[in-house]
Amino acid sequence: MKMSGAEILIECLKREGVKHIFGYPGGVVLNIFDVLYDEKDIELILTRHEQGAVHAADGYARASGRTGVCIVTSGPGATNTVTGIATASMDSIPLVVFSGQVPTMLIGNDAFQEADIVGITRPCTKHNYLVKDINDLARTVREAFHIASTGRPGPVLIDLPKDVTAGTAEFKWPEQVSIRGYNPTYHGNKWMIRQAAQMIAKSKKPVIMAGGGVVLSGAAKEVKELAEAATIPVTTTLMGLGGFPGSHRLSMGMLGMHGTYYANRAVQDADLLIGIGVRFDDRVTGRTSAFAPGAKIIHIDIDPTSIRKNVRVDLPVVGDVRNVLRDILKVIREQKGQWEAVRKSWLKQIDAWKKEKPLSYTFDKKIIKPEFVVEKIYEISRGRAIICTEVGQNQMWAAQFYKYDEPRQWLSSGGLGTMGYGFPAAIGAQIACPGKLVVDIAGDGSIQMNIQELATAVVNRLPVKVAILNNGYLGMVRQWQELFFRERYSHTRLDTVPDFVKVAEAYGAVGLRAVKPPEVEPVIREAFSIKDRPVFMDFIVDWREKVFPMVPAGAAIDEMIFDEEEKKPAKKLKAVK
Amino acid sequence: MRHTISVLVENKFGVLSRVSGLFSGRGFNIESLSVGETIDRSVSLMTIVTTGDDQIVEQITKQLNKLIDVIKVVDFMDVDHVEREMVLIKVAPRKNDKSEFLKLAEIFRGRIVDSGPATFTVEITGDEKKIAAFIELVRPYGIKEFVRTGKVAIAREGVKRT
Ligand SMILES: Cc1ncc(C[n+]2csc(CCOP(=O)(O)OP(=O)(O)O)c2C)c(N)n1
Ligand SMILES: [Mg+2]
Repeated sequence: MKMSGAEILIECLKREGVKHIFGYPGGVVLNIFDVLYDEKDIELILTRHEQGAVHAADGYARASGRTGVCIVTSGPGATNTVTGIATASMDSIPLVVFSGQVPTMLIGNDAFQEADIVGITRPCTKHNYLVKDINDLARTVREAFHIASTGRPGPVLIDLPKDVTAGTAEFKWPEQVSIRGYNPTYHGNKWMIRQAAQMIAKSKKPVIMAGGGVVLSGAAKEVKELAEAATIPVTTTLMGLGGFPGSHRLSMGMLGMHGTYYANRAVQDADLLIGIGVRFDDRVTGRTSAFAPGAKIIHIDIDPTSIRKNVRVDLPVVGDVRNVLRDILKVIREQKGQWEAVRKSWLKQIDAWKKEKPLSYTFDKKIIKPEFVVEKIYEISRGRAIICTEVGQNQMWAAQFYKYDEPRQWLSSGGLGTMGYGFPAAIGAQIACPGKLVVDIAGDGSIQMNIQELATAVVNRLPVKVAILNNGYLGMVRQWQELFFRERYSHTRLDTVPDFVKVAEAYGAVGLRAVKPPEVEPVIREAFSIKDRPVFMDFIVDWREKVFPMVPAGAAIDEMIFDEEEKKPAKKLKAVK
Repeated sequence: MRHTISVLVENKFGVLSRVSGLFSGRGFNIESLSVGETIDRSVSLMTIVTTGDDQIVEQITKQLNKLIDVIKVVDFMDVDHVEREMVLIKVAPRKNDKSEFLKLAEIFRGRIVDSGPATFTVEITGDEKKIAAFIELVRPYGIKEFVRTGKVAIAREGVKRT
């Protein structure tokens, strides 16, 4: 049967199981939007900015594990997606983004609203396509979904010239995808797996470092089984939060620049570090030459380029981490080691570090501490909310003071650090998980980067909660200025503008404010009770509060600074670039 | 270390910029790059000469492999192979030096592909050493212009290309 390009596209999306699309219309995608007008099985959520559409699709993907989908127009519509695509790319999130393009005849002529989006997004997509022939459309869509969601996932962009979606062709659904240059390795090498099991058996002070790959591959259960089977303490990266239960006795929380004292100490003191689905980002390793100096490193990852990119590796295992962990577990279980006894002194040492310097802050009766807000959100949501974050101090406090027991509970822009990510991501997460409590822990700076999405949340009756830790500053940058730039607060003061309660109300959302510590809990409880509208909670917090511990840039991860050291001469804290 | 890497790619538009973009975006170095179709018209072969320590070259080959349009990557470092490059050199020897220059070209099995009142253009094919030697010897005669194709390489018979 002959179909229009737009009809073929929507039929392909149905066959891929797509239920929701985030998008924004424009001239060259009119044919697609026209087909969507009568479409019953697929809902398009109109955001108020294309960046919001991509972050929403990203939040949808992170919360559900399914591929997020966007449709935008050419030129400015397409270029507005770039930050969202780069964000997804850095964190390996499966997205398929469709951008309209001027008719093939006009490509290259600087036509109205033409942008070379394939060229622009080449370095920040896993792959991208320009469909020049309508007969390639179905196969291209099929390939794009396959590439986005398999191997190390990532965003794929498909550029669709107007004449391709307007034209007609016979619809042929390719039952199979075969791409000769794309064959991810899913199973670890047998010998490497035996080697890994042996190294684990021999080690006295092992540490598991679990990253975003654990969440992406669905390997949280296997990580827990390995940790418990061989009694290995676990630290997670920012992206790995939820990949191992934060409240587990073997959990050491997050490591790295704002990691816990005990996680960083343990990594530096370990004799074996098992990196699972991690890429050893500089925010995690600190100075690489001083990272885990006494440890042999096992690195398990599906992407061979991650291995030996940043740190030396003694045993690489390329494969899907879930498969690899299952295979390692088999060998470990055959060994029947008396692990509890063997690891007793190591766990004791870690407990001592936990007692020596736990994550902490000083509660104040008069002024709200941001950490207190996060703790209360944890308490009142009973640890079961989906938490999205913006970027800055808010993100780090959300990572430190909320314990994530389940994967896909933590949605944060780790690799790119995109301010403005959290709120649209929360909208996407709420659409993916309608019954769940979704909270964006935000900063007063970041929330303003995609605040227009309030309209999207209101119109779609999404009860997303936004907790603004309102410190009147671009707080994380201010923290660096205070510590390393002699308190010269150059252009980081926001002056507590706008009035977020009024902004919320103007959009038809609910706005609540807490100024004193006793008001925090009632505000959160009230916000959580609202089920038909978004809520902004404006928490006026202590602007002086800083995120600790902190590893200055260029330092080793056990060279942490703490709250009490503030009084020491600033020289000592000088950052090494 | 200098490595010659051959990259089998899909013969599609945009592939060259994916490969060159990878090098520029990650700060890898390209000394030369040559591309052409293969017997199978759907496939092109790129030969890239690059430099870097082991870790960098390992990253380069892995990153190339990661590109969806890349089918196969061979680093000729550990492969017994033949490599060739072609150079066209336009030289302007003085009248008295002309015959000496032509003899030199002949020794190197160069072919004169063009000549005029003032210049000869020589085509010379060979491996890196031969070409470098010829250029050095010809330099005193006055090189006006020169272009090179970039290196191509092929494995010798019996060598398994993995
Ligand atoms: C789009 C973008 N621009 C700039 C930055 C640099 N940056 C990192 S944190 C930060 C401050 C964020 O301020 P706010 O949202 O108020 O969070 P706070 O640190 O105060 O909690 C800035 C500007 C960034 N990460 N993203
Ligand atoms: Mg702030």
